[in-house]
Amino acid sequence: MTRPTTFQACKSLLKRDLTLAFRHRGELANPLLFFIIVVSLFPLGIGPETNILRTIAPGIIWVAALLAALLSLETIFRSDFDDGSLEQMLLSPHPAALLVAIKVFVHWLVSGVPLILLSPLLGVLLQIPEESMLILVVSLTLGTPILSLVGSIGVALTVGLRRGGLLLSLLVLPLYTPVLIFGASAVTNAAFDLPVTAQLYFLAALCVLAITLAPIATAAALRISTD
Amino acid sequence: MLSSTPHNLEVINLACTRQDRQLFSGLNFKMGNSDVLQLEGPNGSGKTSLLRMLCGLLLPEEGEIHWQGADISKDRAPFLENLIYIGHRPGIKDELTPRENLKHICNLHGSKQDTDIDEALKSVGLYGFEEVAVRTLSAGQKRRVALSRLLFSTAHVWILDEPYTALDKAGQAYVDQLLEQHSKNGGLIVITTHQPLHLENCTVQRIQLGND
Repeated sequence: MTRPTTFQACKSLLKRDLTLAFRHRGELANPLLFFIIVVSLFPLGIGPETNILRTIAPGIIWVAALLAALLSLETIFRSDFDDGSLEQMLLSPHPAALLVAIKVFVHWLVSGVPLILLSPLLGVLLQIPEESMLILVVSLTLGTPILSLVGSIGVALTVGLRRGGLLLSLLVLPLYTPVLIFGASAVTNAAFDLPVTAQLYFLAALCVLAITLAPIATAAALRISTD
Repeated sequence: MLSSTPHNLEVINLACTRQDRQLFSGLNFKMGNSDVLQLEGPNGSGKTSLLRMLCGLLLPEEGEIHWQGADISKDRAPFLENLIYIGHRPGIKDELTPRENLKHICNLHGSKQDTDIDEALKSVGLYGFEEVAVRTLSAGQKRRVALSRLLFSTAHVWILDEPYTALDKAGQAYVDQLLEQHSKNGGLIVITTHQPLHLENCTVQRIQLGND
């Protein structure tokens, strides 16, 4: 008889979710494409004036990132809920919060990381000065995990509802605003050579807070949703 | 082989209300090694709800469920290690192959030492389907994938919700055989099904729900 170790279970879940993500490549490309389209339409709509674009660029990129994250959130638990995998996950003897954390991590890997990697390119499109490009990447690196983690709580709460989409946005968007404010303001400050440490520290603190608490809240919410 | 230590599952004064309708109340029963319990009752009488309560997925309105004398809502892990639940939606991923699905289940829920997944798939009649996506299988074949978990599980308590659904005659006989074997090894089985359960060398207890 072998008791599965928690480490083994996590590894297996990570592998399974990545495999599933890979087999659903098309679905994954959606939010990313949305991100690119929204950001690249702004210069066309507003006109190529460097000054205007530079002022609003951080906001545009951050808002687009936020909406793209919102678009992909449902995929964290939706299919698992529909086919019963979620129940089975909760019925395994491993800590649910840990397994949830793995699932959210995979979501971030496939939706957040490509966004971070693409952001400098879109930054160029919006004429963001070189000096603030690094801050843009850093702020997104600190911010996108928060979007996935906080979002997972909302998804866990609404996954049992037939039309949870609107409710999900209402639940999650207010919680996203601090991330948006600090993220965009860090990039704006960097463009004007102002200090950015405060904003980045805030984002880092929020990120740590979300990593610590969100999986626990999500696991509890999932128990309610499967009830 | 399961270890022969005594196990007991006890339900004390359980009640269930769904959408303001009381499905059952004051339900008491006790199960020990080798016991088989069949839940009967019309559709919507709370069979699945009771099974989900037994697993701890649904919190009881009233009453308690004890495993080895301890309330499962207080300490889940020892019970979950000993539990296998196969419901209507058995948690098999359509996009993965049967082999991938079972491998993940093994890693998540534990398995016997000498588990050979391909061998298990072969014995449930899915030889040659190990590498195709579950999506392309028929309903009965999907059920077989889910049920093949029973072959390498180390759990003492099997909770099965309509395991015969979509299975052909041979499949149903095979499930009967698995149930008999498990009961012989000292395992506990709770099962819902609408057809009469004929298991050799097992006494099947029956609980009728929803006859008020």
